[in-house]
Amino acid sequence: MTLVIIFVSALLINNFVLAQFLGICSFIGISNNMTSSVSMGMAVTFVMVLTAVVCWPIYFLVLVPAHLEFLQTLTFILVVACLVQFVEMFIKKTSIALYDALGIYLPLITTNCAILGFALIAVTRNYSYLETIVYGVGSGLGYTLAMVLMAGVRGKLETADIPKPLQGPGIVLITAGIMALAFMGFAGLIK
Amino acid sequence: MLMAIIIMGGVAFFFSTVLVIADKKLRVEVDPRIEEIAALLPQANCGGCGFPGCKGYATAIVMNGAPVGKCAPSGAEVNEAIGRIMGVEVSERVRRVVRVHCRGAESVAARKALYVGIPSCQAVSMVQSGDKLCDWGCLGYGDCAKACPFGGITLGENGLPQVNEEVCTGCGLCVASCPKKILQLHGIDERVIVACRSEDPPKQAKSSCANACIGCGICARACPEAVEVKNHLACVKDPGGFSDECIAKLEKCPTGAIGPVDQGKAEALRAEGA
Repeated sequence: MTLVIIFVSALLINNFVLAQFLGICSFIGISNNMTSSVSMGMAVTFVMVLTAVVCWPIYFLVLVPAHLEFLQTLTFILVVACLVQFVEMFIKKTSIALYDALGIYLPLITTNCAILGFALIAVTRNYSYLETIVYGVGSGLGYTLAMVLMAGVRGKLETADIPKPLQGPGIVLITAGIMALAFMGFAGLIK
Repeated sequence: MLMAIIIMGGVAFFFSTVLVIADKKLRVEVDPRIEEIAALLPQANCGGCGFPGCKGYATAIVMNGAPVGKCAPSGAEVNEAIGRIMGVEVSERVRRVVRVHCRGAESVAARKALYVGIPSCQAVSMVQSGDKLCDWGCLGYGDCAKACPFGGITLGENGLPQVNEEVCTGCGLCVASCPKKILQLHGIDERVIVACRSEDPPKQAKSSCANACIGCGICARACPEAVEVKNHLACVKDPGGFSDECIAKLEKCPTGAIGPVDQGKAEALRAEGA
């Protein structure tokens, strides 16, 4: 049951983009196109799960026993950067089609605050290994959900007559704000 | 303190080792010619060659032996350079540019209704096939100008698109964007253009636009080799069939729908070797 609650909470209530405002840069940058939004969302989900798989053991089996919890930010950045690099090479070697789909998004994710934020939040909540992984899946899918919703809205915005000063990122941020308000409605879902 | 350095160093060392090994083991050999050719291409990703973007075309040339010289935006020089990389000869081809087949400016082609809505030709053409009296003519909402990745089309004061033939690369994106098929690709050496697409009967054509072709056939009698009238519309059947004398006779066209392309500009372009 805890796992389900963690999953739903990460997906809707504490949605990374619309409730915690992490990963906004890629959210604004890539949500203008449905296909690339889905690709980016999948890539983020993938990297989040990998981060969960690798960062949890490093934190609880290396940093905590050595009383070096203060190094978590530094370590996680290092780990995520190396991991993404490695995954990129691996995908390029094994599946060129997947590489073409995710390829340009993977390096973008290396420095994505959503990934680092995910790793930091997961360890402060003292989740178990399995819970961390479920939290990763939920967060990634939450990010994908927000991206896809935004891409849909932006598709409609294309034909709208937007005042000049608001064109581009301006109207997207306003839309994101309204979507975030709507997502606040999920707060009562789990007591 | 010492522990912190050792642990951080250890983690960093571990991951760098993994990366070094991965780089050796997982290296993918990419044909360096793909990168070379991709660097030569204009990176406009217009898709005019029929491949997904410039990178896609470069890959297709090297891996699948796609023909060199399909890239319209890059000039003969670039195509020759690509030919040198691949070791093949590139056949010389006439540069193609887009030309406007309508002279229905705001002042001569009346509108039948006031359109309020999405300002795009595609959208307007869905309502009663457009807001102009002439069902064939340019709607003037500038879809072509928006489609051009090179900024080669502007909407003139008269509401018609104006093509800058020096910038036009003949990629054909505007041709696809026009719901009325007003824009068409022509060899830059074609000298005569029928600037009308109306197949309406003469009376109707004349009443909806003062510059419409009424299918009178004066041009077809002046240049029987090159022009014919089909469906009340003059058509160029052989762009090479015009002689200087018969082009001079085209001035008799009562509406000016057929006439010589601005040759001074075309000559200047040919002299530049473009």
